[in-house]
Amino acid sequence: MANKLRAPSTKTAYILIAPAAVWLGVFFVFPFMSLLATSMYDPAGSVITGYDMTWRVQNFSEALGEYWPYLLRSLIYASIATAICLVLGYVLAYAMAFKAGRWKTVLLVLVVAPFFTSFLVRTLAWKLILGDDGWLVNALQTIHFLPPDGRLLATPVAVVAGITYNFLPFMILPLYASLEKIDHKLLEASRDLYANPFQSFLRVTWPLSLPGVVGGTLLTFIPATGDYINATLLGSTNTQMVGNKIQVLFTKAGDYPHAGALSVILLVMIVALVMVYVRKAGTEELL
Amino acid sequence: MSAAEQLHGDLKLEGLRKRYPNGYVAVKSLDLVVPAGSFFALLGPSGCGKTTTLRMVAGLEEVTKGSISIGDKEITHEKPYRRPVNTVFQNYALFPHLTIMENVEFGPKRKGVKDTAKRVKEILELTELEAQARKKPAQLSGGQQQRVALARALINRPEVLLLDEPLGALDLKLRRAMQTELKRIQEEVGITFVHVTHDQEEAMTMADIVAVMNGGEIEQMGAPYELYTNPQTTFVANFLGRSNLIKGKVLGREGSGADEVVKVDMYGSTVSIKASRVHTASSEGWIGIRPEKLVIQPQDKPKDSTDELLSTAVVVDVNYSGVSTDYILEMPWGQRLICFEQNTGRRGGLVKEGTKVDVSWRPNFAFLLDSSQDVEAGRGEA
Repeated sequence: MANKLRAPSTKTAYILIAPAAVWLGVFFVFPFMSLLATSMYDPAGSVITGYDMTWRVQNFSEALGEYWPYLLRSLIYASIATAICLVLGYVLAYAMAFKAGRWKTVLLVLVVAPFFTSFLVRTLAWKLILGDDGWLVNALQTIHFLPPDGRLLATPVAVVAGITYNFLPFMILPLYASLEKIDHKLLEASRDLYANPFQSFLRVTWPLSLPGVVGGTLLTFIPATGDYINATLLGSTNTQMVGNKIQVLFTKAGDYPHAGALSVILLVMIVALVMVYVRKAGTEELL
Repeated sequence: MSAAEQLHGDLKLEGLRKRYPNGYVAVKSLDLVVPAGSFFALLGPSGCGKTTTLRMVAGLEEVTKGSISIGDKEITHEKPYRRPVNTVFQNYALFPHLTIMENVEFGPKRKGVKDTAKRVKEILELTELEAQARKKPAQLSGGQQQRVALARALINRPEVLLLDEPLGALDLKLRRAMQTELKRIQEEVGITFVHVTHDQEEAMTMADIVAVMNGGEIEQMGAPYELYTNPQTTFVANFLGRSNLIKGKVLGREGSGADEVVKVDMYGSTVSIKASRVHTASSEGWIGIRPEKLVIQPQDKPKDSTDELLSTAVVVDVNYSGVSTDYILEMPWGQRLICFEQNTGRRGGLVKEGTKVDVSWRPNFAFLLDSSQDVEAGRGEA
């Protein structure tokens, strides 16, 4: 680097990092350690009597053996929702970045607009939209897409649709950011070098938007896997996700150790998946 | 690649016009033939329509009117990826996610060329980039990136190579070096080069033919020598190098054929200008003389020039730049002229400000321009 004249002193760096470090220490590291500890408590105790720390690693195998269908369902729902978000989000982000012209800002505001209402309210609204007497179900029944007694609410379709809706902006924004950065001259160069529009997309636009694709899918997939609001409000007992189970174990059953163990398993699983994914996408340097 | 098999048809633009949706006419009506295998420069200030013209040939800009053809083949409305034309973009537009090799291979691969390895090797040798093949564009210097852009376009063996201010992003020294380099490569591959630039020196050193563009039209076109020594408009006279333009009254013609001259009165003295250098039919005109064609000698020193005496003058400013000096002369009629002098040491020093000097010149290099044209046109533009 040419600019070696005044390297910032390490002291300044520490001072700048300190507030965030303290925050993370208090609200992330400490709770996380406590979660890890909880996951190895003896389940013989209870919330009232307290738990003994017995380093009981069987909690993990028990949680996995008992609740793996929930984990699997979470992964499947989140994957489907992420895939739909990617397709819908890419098309929209592409249109915003390349075709929207002066409507860019308006569209951007519209994408962010749902955040002005609470997550819960928006999901409750979906309950009305998908409701058995709602116009959507009636319409689908009329065109015989759904049988007369068919329903949307309390089905996996409703849960996946809810997740897709709720996390779509998290997909669109990183995609838009990376597509918007692409120099139009590169697309001209590609056309000049005998690439037809499809090849231009495949060889230039898509690879250059990969950071956005990776960022968007992670921002969608990770929270979607742990989500339980959509499954609670739009699903049934047959569509419960791992988040629901953890919530029930903590708040209803009072089984802190197994709830903790299940949380840790979910966390490890996501971290492992993300690492494989990022490596596969070849975007380590871009993240 | 022998030069012979690279000879294709001429690039022909007929009545080419570009009007943008907002009503702005960037190119008015361009008629132009670029001979196959030539190094052709489109020279003009920014906004003169030269880049728009280039982009229409590349197919990146739609043609409002007129036609573009190469040889017998019309390509006016052909998609850019179906034209036998490639572009070296301003700022290069290299694909940042691909290596140099992949950048260079891009064209042949899209065209479905089976064995690209040999061609890639050849072109990387030609542009001296073998050592950089596996690097990414961001790891290369400006000059190297420039050569990648060239290699990426040339590997497709286009019939016409378009260069859009290709050296604009380089510093002066590198630019001079790349000019020689580009010229060498053009001679080696024999492909028609159409080079867009606002740098008149660049256009003159490199091109066989230069077309000077202004306001969406071609002002004048010809070999650099012809353009410089015999400009037809004040814009060309001022934009291509510098000119002293002095008001003159046409007195009449003398002689005939190649010897025909036009006698012009210039503030009391009569000068003869070759008829081939007279570009006005009216009774008044701008007598043009290049600064380096003026010779000065202090009046207290013996006259040592064989040139024709023009007038006396006073040196009012001296701009020394090492290799040469610009003397600003105030003429008896109040006008200021520039005299450019190589510092050969002949004089043994500079002529001081305030010195009275004799000004002489070679009238056969003077030209006469239409007096209705703006004397300032093209001055200070680049």
